[in-house]
Amino acid sequence: MSAREEPEDVPGAAFGEDAPVDLEAEFQDSRVQEVLDKLDRELIGLLPVKTRIREIAALLLVDRLRKRFALTAGTPTLHMSFTGNPGTGKTTVALRMAEILHRLGYVREGHLIAVTRDDLVGQYIGHTAPKTREVIKKAMGGVLFIDEAYYLYKPENERDYGQESIEILLQVMENNRDDLVVILAGYKDKMERFFLSNPGMRSRIAHHVDFPDYSPAELMAIGKLMLAEQNYRFSPEGERAFAEYIPLRMKLGHFANARSIRNALDRARLRQANRLFALKPKRLTKRDLMTLEAEDVTASRVFREGRADADEIPAG
Amino acid sequence: MMTNPGNRLTQGQFSFLPDLTDAQITAQIKYALSHGWAIGVEYTDDPHPRNTFWEMYGMPMFDLKDPAGILMEINACRKTFPDHYVRVTAFDSTQGWETPRMSYIVNRPKKEPGFGLVRQEVDGRRIRYTIHSYATDKPETERY
Repeated sequence: MSAREEPEDVPGAAFGEDAPVDLEAEFQDSRVQEVLDKLDRELIGLLPVKTRIREIAALLLVDRLRKRFALTAGTPTLHMSFTGNPGTGKTTVALRMAEILHRLGYVREGHLIAVTRDDLVGQYIGHTAPKTREVIKKAMGGVLFIDEAYYLYKPENERDYGQESIEILLQVMENNRDDLVVILAGYKDKMERFFLSNPGMRSRIAHHVDFPDYSPAELMAIGKLMLAEQNYRFSPEGERAFAEYIPLRMKLGHFANARSIRNALDRARLRQANRLFALKPKRLTKRDLMTLEAEDVTASRVFREGRADADEIPAG
Repeated sequence: MMTNPGNRLTQGQFSFLPDLTDAQITAQIKYALSHGWAIGVEYTDDPHPRNTFWEMYGMPMFDLKDPAGILMEINACRKTFPDHYVRVTAFDSTQGWETPRMSYIVNRPKKEPGFGLVRQEVDGRRIRYTIHSYATDKPETERY
């Protein structure tokens, strides 16, 4: 490496106003389509979110082209907030977002560090700043995903250390915009309140993305995708039973969208294993091992007693 | 005879070169991170070559992916100790090495007085030689 940097040419200075731009080639070059396709394939529903991400990707791509013509000054603000109920795919989308930003060259490494209040806020005076800095240093070059970000601010306790953490975050979000992207996530109403009491945070976040709840049909599709990933499938009766199960489960408390579906499927697998074991059939086929029958689903307490299975209700 | 005009301290890597720019430091850190070495920032105001253990500025940094965080820490250390020596050490924890693999100075005092040769006469007219940093004549924190 040479000690002195070569003076950089001003890019695009030689181009006239009518210089042609190949948006398509740039798009192919960035290989963003791959990630967007993957997003479409692996995430059911979430149409508004996908549209938003497509818009952001388009904006960044155009911005990159503009940079080539020396038309832009500074990096755009990329910090985002993802709001939505639990299990609506916020973390998964954040992971994809990191990948998109990496492909477009807006973050250098493209890794995602997911943290909650516990990872940022310390327990005694002087503990918070180093802890927050540690996390920020780890997230540099990638995306810092703060789950349930509203817990950082506790208005009822004015000596809460969360405020200190917020101040450091704000400073880094402003000064190190090239180095990391911060994504805040949480329930919509609580995030609203969080932003109201932290206007500095709100003004530094450019993109607010809202995650809608899934419809029963989407949940069914998600369930089938999850099973396919683990090399399981429903028998036709099993599928009917599960389609019946979903609206029943949705009406009960503590429904966490895709996460509840995952739990329900895990329990169905448990029952299937139990059934196969109790049956002790002479000849077990590969199909038997792969198929979830109706009885594996209907044995759930949701059907019998109209309440969620015991292991699904969170303690406390 | 002046053997080292300017009395620049020559310890660790790159110490005979002009001071590294931030871009160059970033490139070196990137190299260390790509090998999975843990990076620490250290400072001292006692430049004697046998003073190997410098004070640590914060904890050593493990599991980082990007140099920006470390550069942030280096700049914080430079701000706190503008007239100290600051170095960056990359520690390799793999078995068989377990030692710093890189170490280079990233900040030095504005004026480096250098070292003097001290002769000590011992029994039978024999002479013992040692070097002595002029800076350490003054108490800590007032040296530079």
